[in-house]
Amino acid sequence: MKNFDTMMHVRGESIFIDDLPEWAELQHLAVVFSNVAHGTIKRLDVSRAAAAPGVTRVITAADIPGENQIGGIFPDEPLLAEGSVHFVGDPLAIVVARTREEAYAARRLVEFEIDPLPVVTDPRESFKNGTLIQPPRTFALGDTDKAWADCDLVIEGTAENGGQEHFYLETQIAVAVPQENGEMKLISSTQSPTVVQKAAARVLGVPQHAVEVELKRLGGAFGGKEDQATAWAVMAALAARVTGKPAKICLDRREDITFTGKRHPYSTDFKIGLKKDGTIVAFQAMYYQNSGAVADLSTSILERTLYHATNSYNIPHVRVTAAACYTNLHPYTAFRGFGGPQGMYVIESAIRQAAEKLGLPAHVIQRKNLLKEGDLFPYGQYTERCQAERTWDELVARQDLSALQKRIDQYNASHTDSKKGFALMPICFGISFTTLFLNQAGALVHVYADGSVTVSTGVVEMGQGVHMKIMQVIARTLSIDVRRVHTQTTNTFKVANTSPTAASSGADMNGKAAEIACSEILGRLKTAAAAILGHNNPGDIQIRDEVVWCEGRETQLKWKELVQKAYLMKTNMSAYGHYAVPNLTFDKTKEKGRPFAYHVYGTALIEATVDCIRGTYRFDAVHMVHDIGRSINELIDEGQVYGALMQGIGWVTMEELLYSKEGKPLVDSLSKYKVPDMRFTPETVSLHFLENADNPYAVMNSKAVGEPPLMYGIGAYFAVLNALAAARPGRELFFSAPLTPKKVLSFLYGEAR
Amino acid sequence: MCRSAQWGVAIIMLGFLLNNDVISTEQPAGKVVLDYIRRDERKTGTKEGCKEGECGACTVLLGCLSGKKVVYRNVASCLVPLGDVAGRHVVTIEGVNKPDGSLNPVQQAFVDEGATQCGFCTPGFIMSLTAFFLNSPDLSFEDALDAVDGNVCRCTGHVAIRKAIANLCAEYRKRLDPARDRLEQLVEWEIVQPWMKDVPARLGAFAADKPARERDAIVVAGGTDAFVQRPEALRHAKLAFLSQQTELSYIREEGGSIVIGGGTTVEDLRRSDLFASIFPDNVRNLNLVSSTIMRNRATVAGNIVNASPIADITIMLLVLGCTLDIESHEGTRRQVSLDRLYKGYKQLDLISGELITAIRFPKPVAAARYSFEKVSQREFLDIASANTALLVETDGKTISRALVSAGGVAPVPLLLEKTAAALTGKPLSPATVKAAAVVMAGEIAPIDDVRGTAAYKRTLLRQLMYAHWIKLFPAEFSLEALA
Repeated sequence: MKNFDTMMHVRGESIFIDDLPEWAELQHLAVVFSNVAHGTIKRLDVSRAAAAPGVTRVITAADIPGENQIGGIFPDEPLLAEGSVHFVGDPLAIVVARTREEAYAARRLVEFEIDPLPVVTDPRESFKNGTLIQPPRTFALGDTDKAWADCDLVIEGTAENGGQEHFYLETQIAVAVPQENGEMKLISSTQSPTVVQKAAARVLGVPQHAVEVELKRLGGAFGGKEDQATAWAVMAALAARVTGKPAKICLDRREDITFTGKRHPYSTDFKIGLKKDGTIVAFQAMYYQNSGAVADLSTSILERTLYHATNSYNIPHVRVTAAACYTNLHPYTAFRGFGGPQGMYVIESAIRQAAEKLGLPAHVIQRKNLLKEGDLFPYGQYTERCQAERTWDELVARQDLSALQKRIDQYNASHTDSKKGFALMPICFGISFTTLFLNQAGALVHVYADGSVTVSTGVVEMGQGVHMKIMQVIARTLSIDVRRVHTQTTNTFKVANTSPTAASSGADMNGKAAEIACSEILGRLKTAAAAILGHNNPGDIQIRDEVVWCEGRETQLKWKELVQKAYLMKTNMSAYGHYAVPNLTFDKTKEKGRPFAYHVYGTALIEATVDCIRGTYRFDAVHMVHDIGRSINELIDEGQVYGALMQGIGWVTMEELLYSKEGKPLVDSLSKYKVPDMRFTPETVSLHFLENADNPYAVMNSKAVGEPPLMYGIGAYFAVLNALAAARPGRELFFSAPLTPKKVLSFLYGEAR
Repeated sequence: MCRSAQWGVAIIMLGFLLNNDVISTEQPAGKVVLDYIRRDERKTGTKEGCKEGECGACTVLLGCLSGKKVVYRNVASCLVPLGDVAGRHVVTIEGVNKPDGSLNPVQQAFVDEGATQCGFCTPGFIMSLTAFFLNSPDLSFEDALDAVDGNVCRCTGHVAIRKAIANLCAEYRKRLDPARDRLEQLVEWEIVQPWMKDVPARLGAFAADKPARERDAIVVAGGTDAFVQRPEALRHAKLAFLSQQTELSYIREEGGSIVIGGGTTVEDLRRSDLFASIFPDNVRNLNLVSSTIMRNRATVAGNIVNASPIADITIMLLVLGCTLDIESHEGTRRQVSLDRLYKGYKQLDLISGELITAIRFPKPVAAARYSFEKVSQREFLDIASANTALLVETDGKTISRALVSAGGVAPVPLLLEKTAAALTGKPLSPATVKAAAVVMAGEIAPIDDVRGTAAYKRTLLRQLMYAHWIKLFPAEFSLEALA
């Protein structure tokens, strides 16, 4: 089924925040950012800026009525710097002016002096300095120390991965409109309305009930607006409070790309032990997460790295440790996959390295160790309805590996200018917030007397089609035409205490909450229908395709008439549904439990060609078999898989962030940061959803889809690496993502990487 | 070509067509069209994604009168100054929407394939594809991909978009009648609105005499870099618009020379049949230069005077022995050889008020071979780590003449004279090219930057040098022979 929202998108009629009509006396914000990565603020003089044309106010930390703190998990993030700065981009002051141009012009007049302090950009250096957000965490299974002796091969190595800019098309934006009685209305492009609400209340010094956060849709987010939207929305709220006028902030692309949070870079040491036949006996890793200058969500992301350290493999002896290391760089934050990609990349690197030493293709080792039903994850959960082998075998049945290998071997034997390679990438991704209390959602459903239905949930629509899925869930639960259903804005006054739209869980949890609300209303409507039909047992009533059935027989009563009459009978046709994901446990003292409701599985095959003259590459084909459960909307789910795949490929290939030694981001515009474009997309991309894979743990037997397929993209690294290995047999492989053309050429021609 | 023009005044009364409406405004000529249509006209279907022409969310159609027809090009409205659309037609997404609220076929194809997710980039894609329908001779998939090469979507990975485009091409190639007027067919297919047929006559009414260019006006030769680098400064500056000097937009053969008018766009060059006849890889080479929405605005002369050490067009032209016709504001004319133009990083042998009116080079002899090579982090719409061109004349045994240029390896675009000398008169052999590559290494001075380390650029340029020869003379050269 088509996503209704898309019909507005293609006409340019969907309304984003910057499209809203402007309020009278609207003020515009320009933020003064630190240009020093670490230092003590010696002087901050805003007087010249304050006197500039059009300027209403220049706000510094001293103007904050409540607490100067927006850190969610750890209170380490002042809204405006006080005393010291910790990264290039640390906000120092806010210029508020009548026009955007005046605000940006006056910003240059703010004078500040910062005494520089030592700058750390390398997480290993931070680790040595002991500047961690929290003590390192370790997940362990079996006994790795003893297991090495049982291995035929033990190898050690290092894997590095870079960060990733979200490049949501809509930059960070928020509007604050003061209301009567000290209330503040915030329209924010955030994945976490409740987080914004709490932070604004904290900074303004008011209760949460005085802050309304509302939004209709986001122009992309990918994790980049989970925690990172908060600061800007709170700044707008602060400016609106201080000036008493509506206030708007909209980062330009340069600001957004230079200063806002991104995916975490990691540097990791690994050790893997195997039997000669490729059976993995033991795996050990130490992950140094570059956590940036503020904690943000780093510790939760770190945790997921540990959860996915063994990807889709059953490994009896595991010991993985991870440290969240402060550095003097902009925040690192949620990004689709949330630490999972970093974990999976390391185990895949270890397997690829081991394959080289064992003289086996990596895919033989991968297949041999895939998870089976009832296998134990290092964190104490057992696989249930495991689809790891099924997705792999289904893919291999569709794409004959030996024929592919033969074709590629022949190509490589007859070509010197270019070489081909392929790689398989299985994925296993746990679904639930690992911060367990977040696994709850609410939905408020109203059935109007004309038979139309509206729903408000805590979920944020950002292109993933979650509103359409929830409308379908409602239509199915009530057995009515989906066109009768509308979704409303996400609003903290309608649904409270919402969890971020993140962890791929939006449709699962909010869909379930909507289903619960609809079931309640349906029960009351059945009572009304029974009364209308003069029948005394509501249990005999059913609604099928908008028609009321009684004792298995169709009646003349239709949905619209039923609702009209039910209203006149004073039936409550509204309900609030609350869903809490059941049976989730985790004991952090033991690092064991059942943190995930279920896992999503899948396997991808990626084929690459490397141009050995120029050191460039392209991807010829990607084939995927993906475990979607029973899809609520296949068109939407396909789109999620494709989009995630290409973001994953981008992460390990062309998307590269660079910094100077002084901690200055060198990538400060889109001309210096490249994401996959139209021509980079492989000509062949095939996707098959695994059949007969119902998932009783989520709404309508579906499975979450947002994040897992991103990790198929990791296979792109190894496809190129395998082509390089064909070009330079025996040369030592390297594990340093992104695998840019620079690194490819350097590998081929031996220059310094 | 466009006939009306406005020269050199910061604030003037501007007239143009926006969709089906006549617009008359006193907004600054340096204000970009995107800001005007979103803020002043409140047409919010056109989105702001980057303000540097790198994302395509702000794509609109810009129509210029050419004879009795209007030629439409898709452009990044974030980099088009308002003064440059005087007397022209700007079409936004609102202008291709059907009034009854239903979807036109391009829009429907996107919905059917799920080719839009968050929706922010989508109007830009629809506009670029509308330009494709207006311009592509045979509605080929390749032409469609070219048309959207400056539109970036972060949600879909472009997979569904490619499918939607493939469906559209398959459907409308069948329906296309090349003998019929294209606009009429598009109106029939409801891809554009019926009032589009009246636009030529309405634009004709804007025709006016050109005011003289003021001496101190900044000449906008496309503005695709200037409006990225300093939009605030240009907003209220006194500007003159090269694109309005339509007599400078041409590519022609004069005697033994090829002459490119100073106002010619890069896209004109890409589409030029004359260039295609001389340089068989012309389209492939120029596809590597930025994107359609930028090439439609960027000019050849602008690329030259922008003086970027990595300017693709300049690197392409350097080996052709180009001479520039330069005219002062007072009308004094002089000529400068392209390789003598650059005095240092972003420093030119050009003074205020001077304009490049033409670029001319001798038509390469029939036996000449030409190659352009470029590598960047992303193959398309990216700035090169290094680029190079080669022009070579040979009888198959001896290299009688060779010219080599290189970008990204010095403060200015280089014509490598010593490298050329090391090739000229030598046997057409791998040994010659390897020796020339050694000479080349001594002639360049790359630095470390975001495009790569100096060491990388050195290796890359050597490889690109080899690529020229392997590509042009596959029988004589191979990677193995050069390694």
